[in-house]
Amino acid sequence: MKIFNIYLIGVGGQGIGLLSEVIIRAADKANLPVKGVDTHGLAQRGGTVSSNIRIGNVNSPLIMKNQADLVVALERHETLRGMNDYSKNNSTVIYYDTVWQPLDVRLRKNKEINNDVLLKAANKRNINLIKVYIDDLNDARMQNMAVLATMAKYNLIPNVQKNHYIAAIKDLLTGNILKNNIELFEKIYEI
Amino acid sequence: MKTLGEILISKNPISEIVMGNHALVRAMLESGVKVVTSYPGSPTPEIAEGIRSIPKDKNPMYFEFSVNEKVATEVAFGASMNGHLSTVFFKSVGLNVAADSFVQLGLFDLIGGMIIVLGDDPGANSSQNEQDNRHFSKLSYIPMFEPNSPKEVYEMFKEAAKISKDLHMPIILRLTTHVCHAKEKINFDKLIIEEYDYSPKFDNFNAPHIPIAAKALDMKRKALKRLDIFKNITQNSRFNEYIDNGNKNKGIIVTGLPYLSLLDVLEYSKEKIDILKIGIVNPLPEKIIIDFLKTHKEVKILEELDDIMEKDIKSLAFDHKIDVKIIGKLDIEDWIGEYKPDKVYEILRKTWPEILEKIDINIPEIKLNPRPPQLCPGCGHRSAFHAIKYALKDTDITVADIGCHTLGFLEPYNMGQVLLSMGHSTSTGAGLSLFNKTRNVVAFLGDSTLFHAGIPGIVNAIFNNHNLTLIIMENGTTAMTGHQDLPSIGKNFNGPSEAIPIKKLLESLGVKFIKEVDTYNQKKLREYVIEALNTDGFKVIIAKHPCMLKLTREQRKKGIFKNNKVEVTSKCDHQYICISDFGCPAYQITPKGDVWVQEDLCIGDGSCIQTCPTNALSFKIVSKGGDKQ
Repeated sequence: MKIFNIYLIGVGGQGIGLLSEVIIRAADKANLPVKGVDTHGLAQRGGTVSSNIRIGNVNSPLIMKNQADLVVALERHETLRGMNDYSKNNSTVIYYDTVWQPLDVRLRKNKEINNDVLLKAANKRNINLIKVYIDDLNDARMQNMAVLATMAKYNLIPNVQKNHYIAAIKDLLTGNILKNNIELFEKIYEI
Repeated sequence: MKTLGEILISKNPISEIVMGNHALVRAMLESGVKVVTSYPGSPTPEIAEGIRSIPKDKNPMYFEFSVNEKVATEVAFGASMNGHLSTVFFKSVGLNVAADSFVQLGLFDLIGGMIIVLGDDPGANSSQNEQDNRHFSKLSYIPMFEPNSPKEVYEMFKEAAKISKDLHMPIILRLTTHVCHAKEKINFDKLIIEEYDYSPKFDNFNAPHIPIAAKALDMKRKALKRLDIFKNITQNSRFNEYIDNGNKNKGIIVTGLPYLSLLDVLEYSKEKIDILKIGIVNPLPEKIIIDFLKTHKEVKILEELDDIMEKDIKSLAFDHKIDVKIIGKLDIEDWIGEYKPDKVYEILRKTWPEILEKIDINIPEIKLNPRPPQLCPGCGHRSAFHAIKYALKDTDITVADIGCHTLGFLEPYNMGQVLLSMGHSTSTGAGLSLFNKTRNVVAFLGDSTLFHAGIPGIVNAIFNNHNLTLIIMENGTTAMTGHQDLPSIGKNFNGPSEAIPIKKLLESLGVKFIKEVDTYNQKKLREYVIEALNTDGFKVIIAKHPCMLKLTREQRKKGIFKNNKVEVTSKCDHQYICISDFGCPAYQITPKGDVWVQEDLCIGDGSCIQTCPTNALSFKIVSKGGDKQ
């Protein structure tokens, strides 16, 4: 079976951990061999947080640089970092279009990364760039779910289908949080 | 929803995706562990999370967070001396704290058995160094297993526990960060929780239990004999594997996570290479290593961090007069960092350039903005640093300690200029104050760290009349590692406990100058600091504010979180104090230079409002559902 590498990146506090757990479980529900690992050292809100997921018969859970078939990012600056460090040429990057400015940008030492910069960087390497943004999302903590639903809609992970994602979400969440997340997932999937 | 607890105590065999730390908990249950102790530290806290997930009435294990690693080791030691299989776990540098007791463990007859689980951190992902604790295994004559995956964590713990019980000896299981946090599907065996005999087994039959004078030498002899027996049992352990690719020229000896990296890298190799994968890193399985050396012309030792196997294997080759070229570390870079696949690729290319091609992906040069970790929105430490900074002169010396407040070292606060170890700040500050009449010394100390190792430094400052100001940053939790309880709050892992209030503790120790203040009251805190700096002797200020990450999570869970936000009004005249000095991450800046509040980040605590010189910040009430203020 062909190996499929997914690199996830975001900022501490955005829910990369949950997103990665859902994807790993969804791949398992689809009967695919899967391994993953989160890198969360200093668990502080505000630092870069990343996760590796590898589908197929792999040994290490860690992806080699620029060997990711799919990069999933939850913030614009981290999208560029993830693409630069982990994307293969001709691969796919999906990101949620929000900005948590790094300190250097806030101090006006560096410029904020805008969508044009991302698009240019993606075009140079023939990377398919998918932007996700939901205007009326009433809880920022569900941005990761918006990205996940879009991934399901465009079949970004081979052989992992909507029902696998839903089953994985049901494994991990409960009560109102489950209800709200599934509602959002269905809504975005249907658009 | 499938809870972790249900998975961990499933009586029937079960296949589940779990991380290494959780796999370890299942292995503890299957092995009959009765007592588990720890002090929180990355990458191991999820072991406690796993234990917590088990319903109390179904959990046969006692667990505690002890006040530090040495104490945790001693509690587990005592339990084992009474016949209970015990486990202690902590992070890499935690072993330094535990070392005084730990290095003695091998001398004793541990009738219950005892496993020490270490979370080493190659790459220093969340530690102040990347120390290689395999050294401690040799130093203490305690054997060490090194798993490379969650599956091996599970299997090795069970084997280690069995041997430990049989031989009455301690055994180390050395995990590394990406083994602790790796996730994969594991087939768990049946779980049988047997009726257990809890009667105390401690007696003098196995004595001496007191290593003094000549007795210590007898005990050491016993330790070495046990190590020999261990070696005989594990010489042919299934955790040491020979992967025969029929290459008589090139072989690699490897252990731990680098083994998995190696397998991935060899997919790119032009030549198949023989591999000897070692699962028990001390004592080494000499016989199979000698055979491997004898049957290959060149052998590469692929080991992360220090050259521990390399030295031993070279001496084996010398003693046995084996004609083999042994290639160990080639340069300083080989000693540094985690052996992830990329790194292993480079190392192998450096060793044998003919087998791997240079990878050139040709990525256009792009400027990436660094993103260091930072204090959370609303963090009391930010308010404290902001207040204290204005009270200090540029020449004053600030000493940091371990904890969230260590991040104060970063821009824009630059508070805490030296850091040594847990609890060091008062004593290091005392040293900095000697022969120093011109520069004030201010030390910081977190509340969990105070109880962990900070108290002796404080006692010393009183005892030896040191002249410095200590600021205890009290946030009511061990925040950095995921919010574990601590002695001042009146509860522990298992329920309520007697609170040890920090102010009372200091008073009873004899500290004369003690001030207590909420850090959000920046004016008062600043006044106290100035007063302390103008007073001779040892002064303590308790700068309190609950950890807002913990507090807001709890409020959200209870549905009482007030979703307020702060906004920047038209009064803003672009002085940027909120960004450049106070540095709350919720403040962002437009390309034109206007300041705005990123509402995903703002928790509406308002601690920033007092910092604006033009009063341009105010509350914006956006409560949804909750009570309006």
